[in-house]
Amino acid sequence: MAGEAEAHGEGAGLAFHPLDQFKVTPLFGDGPIEWYTITNVTLWMALAVLAIILVFAVGSKGRAVVPTRIQSVGEMAYGFVYKMVEDVAGHDGAKFFPLIMTLFVFILFANMLGLLPGSFTPTSHIAVTAVLGFGFFIFVTVLGFAKNGVHFLGLFWMSDAPLILRPIIAVIEVISYFVRPVSHSIRLAGNIMAGHAVMKVFAAFAPLVLISTIGVVVTPVSILAITAIYALEVLVAFIQAYVFTILACVYLKDALHPGH
Amino acid sequence: MEIAAAAALGKFIGAGLAAIGSGAAAIGVGNVAGNFLAGALRNPSAAGSQTATLFIGLAFAEALGIFSFLVALLLMFAV
Repeated sequence: MAGEAEAHGEGAGLAFHPLDQFKVTPLFGDGPIEWYTITNVTLWMALAVLAIILVFAVGSKGRAVVPTRIQSVGEMAYGFVYKMVEDVAGHDGAKFFPLIMTLFVFILFANMLGLLPGSFTPTSHIAVTAVLGFGFFIFVTVLGFAKNGVHFLGLFWMSDAPLILRPIIAVIEVISYFVRPVSHSIRLAGNIMAGHAVMKVFAAFAPLVLISTIGVVVTPVSILAITAIYALEVLVAFIQAYVFTILACVYLKDALHPGH
Repeated sequence: MEIAAAAALGKFIGAGLAAIGSGAAAIGVGNVAGNFLAGALRNPSAAGSQTATLFIGLAFAEALGIFSFLVALLLMFAV
């Protein structure tokens, strides 16, 4: 069997393991992790919330007609998400704008803060994104039944399909409905985790110049690659927050108007 | 071959095979983006209103690649 040391890269020449950055460690001391333990996940989620408050509450406090820079960032984000909710979920979906906005800014700020060197990305953990994804799924399902009653099941019963196909389509629709929260949360966590792991893999090649002559070639290439991938990751951090939010809007629309 | 050694070898081979799924997802994502661009160049005035659809399509195509990445990770570290 491959030993633990080899699985963690020491045998393969890597000084650190690319996935070590996702380790959850307690912030104070190193006792066992209970549900109430303050860990690095807690810290970086709290920092994300703090940054959101700084931009949206403190930065926009002046409510100037001609906005300051931070205020116009807040206004742009507000307008962007509001338009998205109204376009996708319809006019009566705008009632749920605060929820969608909260999801968007939390994921965006957690992703962006996670890109700081040496920081930790809460959204790279399926445990964190699953709470967001499944929480939203349960909310949307309850909302659908509360608002439409039995008619919500019309989401699964395609009335414009041939009658003979409808039960088969209904089974497929039910399965795809219940896979939604899984793919919703894994998409975000997987994207962020994959991007950060790729950066760390290239970072492991960067100090090769210290131990081998081939490093003269490998080190500049890997440093350039890290720079390029970092730029890509900034884009991905935004796009994944956008994708998570717009899918939330789509699911909200299905709950509000279940007819196809 | 000894069973344990075969299992240790197999999980790395399996992880490598799961990586093929990422390539397949890349084809899918490229299809979505390429077709969007082709449509957008024919009718640029309609393109702006369809970016949300583009991103939803990209997300669905990409999710399956992420699933295969997850399978690879599970094989490497959890099995």
